[in-house]
Amino acid sequence: MATIVAEPTGRPVVREPHELSFIRKYIFSSDHKVIGIQFLFLSLFFLLAGGLLAMMIRWQLAWPGQPMPLGSLFPETMAPDGIMLPEFYNSLVTMHGTFMIFFAVMLLLVGVFANYLIPLQIGAPDMAFPRINMASFWVAVPAGLIALASFLVEGGAAGAGWTSYAPLSAMPEASGVSLGQQMWIVSLVLLGLSSILGSTNYITTVINMRAPGMTWMRLPLTVWALFITAILALLSMPVLTGAMIMLLFDQTIGTHFFLPAEGGQPLLWQHLFWFFGHPEVYILILPAMGFTSEILANGSRKPVFGYHAMVGALVSIAVLGFMVWGHHMFQSGMNPLLATSFMVSTMVIAVPSAIKTFNWMGTMWRGNLHFHTPMLFAIGFVMLFVIGGLSGIFMASAPFDIFIHDTYFIVAHIHYVLFGGALFGIFAAIYYWFPKMFGRMMNEKLGKVHFALTFLFFNLVFFPMHTQGLAGMMRRLYQTTGYEHLEGLQWTHVLITISAFGLFLSGMLFAVNFAWSLFRGPKAPANPWNATTLEWQTPSPPMHGNWEEVPVVYHGPHEYSHPDVADKDWLAQNERPDVVSPARP
Amino acid sequence: MKWSLPENIATYGGKIDAIFWVITVVTGIAFVLVEVGIIWFAVKYRRREGRRAYYTHGNKALEVLWTSVPALALVALGIYSADVWAQIKGRDSAPAGSLMLGVRAKQFEWNVTYPGADGTLGTSDDFVVRNQLHFPVNRPILIQLESEDVLHSFFIPQLRVKQDAVPGMTIPVWFEATKTGGYQIGCAELCGLGHYRMRARVTIHEPDEYERWHAEQVASR
Amino acid sequence: MAGAVTYYAGRAPERGLAVYTQKVGMWVFLASEVMFFTSLIGSYIILRFGASETWPLPGEVLNIPITAINTFILICSSVTMVKAFAAAEVGDKRGTRLFTLATALIGSTFLGVQILEYRELLHEGFGPSSGLYGSTFYTMTGFHGFHVFSGVCCLFWASWKAFRGGYDNRAYKGLEVLGLYWHFVDLVWIILFTVVYLI
Ligand SMILES: [Cu+2]
Ligand SMILES: [Cu+2]
Repeated sequence: MATIVAEPTGRPVVREPHELSFIRKYIFSSDHKVIGIQFLFLSLFFLLAGGLLAMMIRWQLAWPGQPMPLGSLFPETMAPDGIMLPEFYNSLVTMHGTFMIFFAVMLLLVGVFANYLIPLQIGAPDMAFPRINMASFWVAVPAGLIALASFLVEGGAAGAGWTSYAPLSAMPEASGVSLGQQMWIVSLVLLGLSSILGSTNYITTVINMRAPGMTWMRLPLTVWALFITAILALLSMPVLTGAMIMLLFDQTIGTHFFLPAEGGQPLLWQHLFWFFGHPEVYILILPAMGFTSEILANGSRKPVFGYHAMVGALVSIAVLGFMVWGHHMFQSGMNPLLATSFMVSTMVIAVPSAIKTFNWMGTMWRGNLHFHTPMLFAIGFVMLFVIGGLSGIFMASAPFDIFIHDTYFIVAHIHYVLFGGALFGIFAAIYYWFPKMFGRMMNEKLGKVHFALTFLFFNLVFFPMHTQGLAGMMRRLYQTTGYEHLEGLQWTHVLITISAFGLFLSGMLFAVNFAWSLFRGPKAPANPWNATTLEWQTPSPPMHGNWEEVPVVYHGPHEYSHPDVADKDWLAQNERPDVVSPARP
Repeated sequence: MKWSLPENIATYGGKIDAIFWVITVVTGIAFVLVEVGIIWFAVKYRRREGRRAYYTHGNKALEVLWTSVPALALVALGIYSADVWAQIKGRDSAPAGSLMLGVRAKQFEWNVTYPGADGTLGTSDDFVVRNQLHFPVNRPILIQLESEDVLHSFFIPQLRVKQDAVPGMTIPVWFEATKTGGYQIGCAELCGLGHYRMRARVTIHEPDEYERWHAEQVASR
Repeated sequence: MAGAVTYYAGRAPERGLAVYTQKVGMWVFLASEVMFFTSLIGSYIILRFGASETWPLPGEVLNIPITAINTFILICSSVTMVKAFAAAEVGDKRGTRLFTLATALIGSTFLGVQILEYRELLHEGFGPSSGLYGSTFYTMTGFHGFHVFSGVCCLFWASWKAFRGGYDNRAYKGLEVLGLYWHFVDLVWIILFTVVYLI
């Protein structure tokens, strides 16, 4: 039985009630919530896979030439007698980056939460184009499978780094990898397509489908962050796709885009890659900033400090984000004058991040702080993101970048931003929205242990990498022995590796908590965190179509401890039209 | 100990290291401010029964302050860095009278081209030594950096020099050592399965010692 | 009534843009397409400037008159596309059918000519591996051709729908959105033709 409802646009639409077959409901579903959850399982799988690759990398760095535990399971082409080969190491490094950046963090932030949260938080029944949304997931799946399968083909998986700098990536004779590199390209072209389809959907939905009263300045910061992220992805992903296609053609049909022998330009690849790559960095952090803002407000029981500045910072990051890509190329042989201008724009782009950090502190200031697990991870996010942000200033200075470029200092920086930043934000978000997604609570105690161990081991793994970098340790080395200036540093690798194992195991705690709570967690109420945004004003999990009646919005997104509301310390966006909240004190 | 930058033996190394220390101090202050602030707030404003959070949407004056201070500091840092950058990597920054050498990288070795008896690079009597970079102390050295196959990166940590070698391009790299001794070139850009062992020996001589070495090499060819 | 959605007191959702959602979606998608072609055309410009001495004159390699005619053909298809939409808007079903099908056929003609051009060039030994010009020429025109092909497929589908009376003065959004895409593809071609064939 289908229900026919008059949409405000005048055209009657037919909405399917709950009588869908299993396949339409859970596999080829066009419901944004199901798609978000599908992305969640896909990306958590890749998070695990990427983590396992990292463990192997760490083993080799700490104990080079020693057989890995269970190493005998690997074929001769990867690790004869369990001892990792250099070419396999290069594949591991490349695929660890690829899995984590494209399939774990990006899908977790955007695939999962943009899908799940945007319609719920803006008060829409679904995305603007539900079937395109479904396509976006079902394009991402083969992309992931192809990337995984590339390990099994002759020559192994791509081994030119996640940045796949040409001409190494374009010359099978130099890298020893041909099919694996091509599969890497095809996989990322598909993922780019998925991302473009998704972004089109998110942007359109936010522009045109907000609930009555949900004005731009009443959007939760999560939605703002996801909206800006989608714009970045929409405009940067196609540039990566274009570059990838050229790279693929260089390998397969004999073009010469990046091959200098016929006049091609290796630096062109870097320009195209980083024109995408720098916005990508922000794609990987802005949503986590949005989650953090929202969860900090909830945990502090206060409105977000400087909401307008937060939005302004997001917008300026998006604009500046397209003008700084050259800071990845200071030592690449690019014209040094160009480097100067990129250096200045890069310094400027650090300002919005500083604004956000101070506003987060402002949000906590004079609050009434509830340390639930999401709040802990959100605080952890701020503490670690600050380190990642500040270490970025060292490499933004081109002359000092001469020394630290391509060293472990960079490795430390990227992990402080992508793990300490993005992944902590993701953990905060999963703990926070899990009850909404699955109708069950996660275990708080286990969550807090997970936080404490992750915070500890994370710092033990990545902080020492700063010093390794300052000592001049180059990244992507199969082993760091044999360099006089690195003598006596091997023990730092051992310390890092042991801590990395601890970090992996604390991640397992999360996996256990997640799986257990999925089936055994206590039933969640509609609004377990006493939160203000719209998704909490509908049952957990929400029904198909999200609302019995689409809510009308009267308030800003984070109205906690409103003085005109006496009985409780929160004011939902859709309640009590008589209470008026000022934008400024 | 290796807790900080390795020994500096380059004339311009001091400028690079100074930038490091300036940034360390500036970011160190920001770091302490933020981390201590967060922990302090977390303890001070932890949940108490019956207390209500202070309802505010922000503070214009504060926000302007913490936007403009970092902005000014960062732009100043940018200008300061730009100056040093131009001195080190500017296209014509190499001092006149530098000793010219050629370095051509390939998987996985560094081939150094020296001028022959005529003392000028690019003539027919040039000779190539594999994985051996010799040059005199206290004299600017200008290297024409090239690559034969893929990207490499020419890195001598103590000389504070790093430059990618790009096939199809000749990139000038200059430096001047203040101390004799033996060092290593490492490759800093992933270049294939032998990337980790793409090393070469650097020997910095007293000027007369270099002349002797050079004459021996010329004679033996 | 599970799954039913109603809006509070019939109030409409907030609209950031005063056009219907499908059209917004197409605009957004086209922004992404702009960036895609920018990456290809930008690379072409950079590579060409980097190798300006060895770059061949387009007229020596390519058959410019034929392609000029082909460009004119594609522009014609934009005109028929406009006509198809205009007909649908006023409820002229016959005109809608006619002009949609005409657009599809003219688009196919363009593709046909392009395939013949490729065959001719390959026969003369100018392939994707023929220097940077070959690399960029085939990549750019090939991807444009792929976009035309996708458009033609949609146009045939739209024609089929038109013949079944699917478009009228109340339901013409699909045709308008398809038209947006088609004009975009046209515009890209004019830029490509200028950059690759004329300059
Ligand atoms: Cu960047
Ligand atoms: Cu190398």
